[in-house]
Amino acid sequence: MNPTLHPVLAFLQTWWVELVCGVVIIAVVPLVAGYLTLMERKLMADMQARLGPMRVGPHGLLQPIADAVKLLIKEDIIPDNADKMIFWLAPVTSMTAALTAMGGIAFGPSFLVARDINVGLLFVLGVSSMGLLGIMLGGWASNSHYSIMGALRSTAQLVSYETAGGLALISGLLLAGTLKIRAIVDAQSNDGVWFVFLAPVAFFIYLVASIAETNRAPFDLPEAESELVAGYMTEFSGFRWALYFLGEYTNMIVVGAVATTLFLGGWLRPFPNVHWMNWLDAVPALFTAAVGVYCVLRAGKQPVRVQIWFMWGVALTCFAVAVVLGLPLLVAQLKFMMPGLNGAFWFLLKISAYIYLFMWLRFTLPRYRFDQLMHLGWYILIPLAIVNVLAVGVATILELEYGWNRWLALVVTTVFTLAAALFLLRVNDKRAAEASSAAPPEQPSPEDSYAG
Amino acid sequence: MGPGKSGDRERAVAVKKTEAVRRQKRKESDLRNVSDTLQDDAAQKQTLLGADELILNMGPQHPSTHGVLRVKLKLDGERVRGTECVIGYLHRGVEKIAENRTYQQFAPYVDRMDYVAAVSNGLGYCEAVEKLLNVEAPPRAKVIRTIMTELQRIASHLVWLGTHALDIGALTPLFYCMREREEILKIFEKYCGARLTTHAFRIGGLQYEAYDSFEKDVERFCKDFERRIQEYVDLLTGNSIWIGRTRNVGVLSAADCIALGASGPVLRASGVKWDLRKAQPYAAYDQYKFEIPVGTNGDTYDRYMVRMEEMRQSRLICLQAIENIPAGPILGKVGKVLKPPAGEIYHSIEAPKGILGYYIVSDGTTQPYRVRIRPPSFVNLQALDKMARGHLVADVVAIIGTLDIVLGEVDR
Repeated sequence: MNPTLHPVLAFLQTWWVELVCGVVIIAVVPLVAGYLTLMERKLMADMQARLGPMRVGPHGLLQPIADAVKLLIKEDIIPDNADKMIFWLAPVTSMTAALTAMGGIAFGPSFLVARDINVGLLFVLGVSSMGLLGIMLGGWASNSHYSIMGALRSTAQLVSYETAGGLALISGLLLAGTLKIRAIVDAQSNDGVWFVFLAPVAFFIYLVASIAETNRAPFDLPEAESELVAGYMTEFSGFRWALYFLGEYTNMIVVGAVATTLFLGGWLRPFPNVHWMNWLDAVPALFTAAVGVYCVLRAGKQPVRVQIWFMWGVALTCFAVAVVLGLPLLVAQLKFMMPGLNGAFWFLLKISAYIYLFMWLRFTLPRYRFDQLMHLGWYILIPLAIVNVLAVGVATILELEYGWNRWLALVVTTVFTLAAALFLLRVNDKRAAEASSAAPPEQPSPEDSYAG
Repeated sequence: MGPGKSGDRERAVAVKKTEAVRRQKRKESDLRNVSDTLQDDAAQKQTLLGADELILNMGPQHPSTHGVLRVKLKLDGERVRGTECVIGYLHRGVEKIAENRTYQQFAPYVDRMDYVAAVSNGLGYCEAVEKLLNVEAPPRAKVIRTIMTELQRIASHLVWLGTHALDIGALTPLFYCMREREEILKIFEKYCGARLTTHAFRIGGLQYEAYDSFEKDVERFCKDFERRIQEYVDLLTGNSIWIGRTRNVGVLSAADCIALGASGPVLRASGVKWDLRKAQPYAAYDQYKFEIPVGTNGDTYDRYMVRMEEMRQSRLICLQAIENIPAGPILGKVGKVLKPPAGEIYHSIEAPKGILGYYIVSDGTTQPYRVRIRPPSFVNLQALDKMARGHLVADVVAIIGTLDIVLGEVDR
């Protein structure tokens, strides 16, 4: 480094990639999170035989912007008896943790994170767990019964499910052999298989745990609307509330990205090493072009001229993206761009599918009760995750030391894990039956049962 | 000056003395309290107002107390040690209003009690006044009344199902239920012009003739409804989370139900086969075949199953009734001015939520001397404390939902 350089310039020269990444994350992620809320509302409306937001912009496409503006100009209420400093700090903590975790994620071989640190996955997990602190502090600082109960539930739930989720990730990491984000995907590329097929039980456990970690239904007890009004967010309003909300949706992206990276092959296309499947490389371009064509077809049917223009605008954007994605296929000189562009496409598609699953579950399932939630976490998921770590570890040893066929080893271990799961469930059922027969629900003494 | 000064001093001494005494007393009582707490720790934990309980105020502004019910929960962690209902936020003095209205004028007021089942309320009131006047509605009116009331029962149960599922965290059934309810409300609207507070019937029969496509509309709804109800069954009945949240939650034994005066699906889910449509037939119910579903455990799941089956049975009653609606007049012989003879009458019907009774005392004038209404929601709500003790906060919400209360009726 040039010693005469001004310290500020020197700083910038060293850290400019990270700074740019940070600015991009802070600028883009909240917007994406906002649009996730729109996506959720639209999907929910579709499944519930209604339209969802339709007023702001064509098909309600500007609704998140309107919501953000509304929340920004809303009166900012801090309860009198709240611990004001902590009340101020809590949502910021939640949001910051989620955004920082985004920094650890790679969206493609060339769309790198701030820095591909050697403990990448651990960094993401650790930082995103800090969001819990915001929830705890917020619930505590609000000085309200509902808030504190929400915070207590949240703490218990996240501690339990992060354990299960972390153990499930260890199963995946045993297969990858590294914590580096890029190396994990490379490992799947070298093996020619997504780890979800090698460790399906681990993926399932992580899926359940990640739903619970992001406080989504059917595990949305910390903010269970029908019970605790809004849980830890009850006393928050305006933009503080929005920060919690954005944090939650950003967390969804983070867990989606972690699952995609470790289990769903990251930015690899399906069948990454099968040559006759190379036509799949054209899918991103064709897909975006198809979306564009759909927009053109729909444009004529829009009732208002602004909407027609808008649809054309979307269509043209799609065509432009399709051209960018497609050119490297056709022009040999641009071939080097292909893995990066296509990789980003596949990565985002997989995250979207993962988040879609979250939303779908939310619209379909009732909510667990708190004791049932803890029961599922501690009595089923965590033991199962431990068994699975052991099983995958044994399979890895069998493969590396004794030269077993990898698939055979993993089939054996998966079957072993599932058998363990069935055993656990049976033991649980037995225990539950015993508990219910031994201790009927507590009844008050008969003389006061009808007391006014 | 001297005596004054000494008087001051005396007073000051006296004040000091009394303060000292008071302080001493307070100390003693504190000590006693402490020792009480130490000695009766176990006993204290069982009392409602034990020191280590959190009192959570649920409502009157709460998403799932179904209106303005306020429940003070005494909690030990998340476990409910006791509940106390505070009602009256929606009190409008309906019974008092009746004393200052003529019999016809009061009829629309009863629609505002259980506003999700206005037609049933109207039926009960009209029949009660008819009993008092000793007139009978013509057969055609009775059949149309039956169809309307059964449609209203389906609509009321649909609102219950949607909100109950929403309380337990399933978002989607609510919208499906509202979609079906909309069809029923459209029939009401075509029939009498109103959707919610219908005032569909008149004392002595009906005011409006059934419109041309009435039978066809009802039949189409009933045909669709069979398929639609299967959707809810698919969404909820077999769902393990739903079963986990409702089985053995809020168990009420048959004896408890009878002791508390609970009625309707709450009573029947405990295994008591008591339905006024069969026990004391009114309107045209004696002409139709239908089953009375009963449960066995008296838990939330059984109440859910009973109400689902009741909707199916109501559908069957509607289908039977539209097959043969007798011709003839729709209004019996009642005068323009109603002057029932002095006396009193009690008439009760099986409303969607339970037994809805009207007790009317007439003094021979055009206005009732006293009207007393026996609302099913109010009586069923008594069971809340019994059902909720020992359960978790989340269960309280489920139990309020399964009682199917409407605060307009509880508070009147």
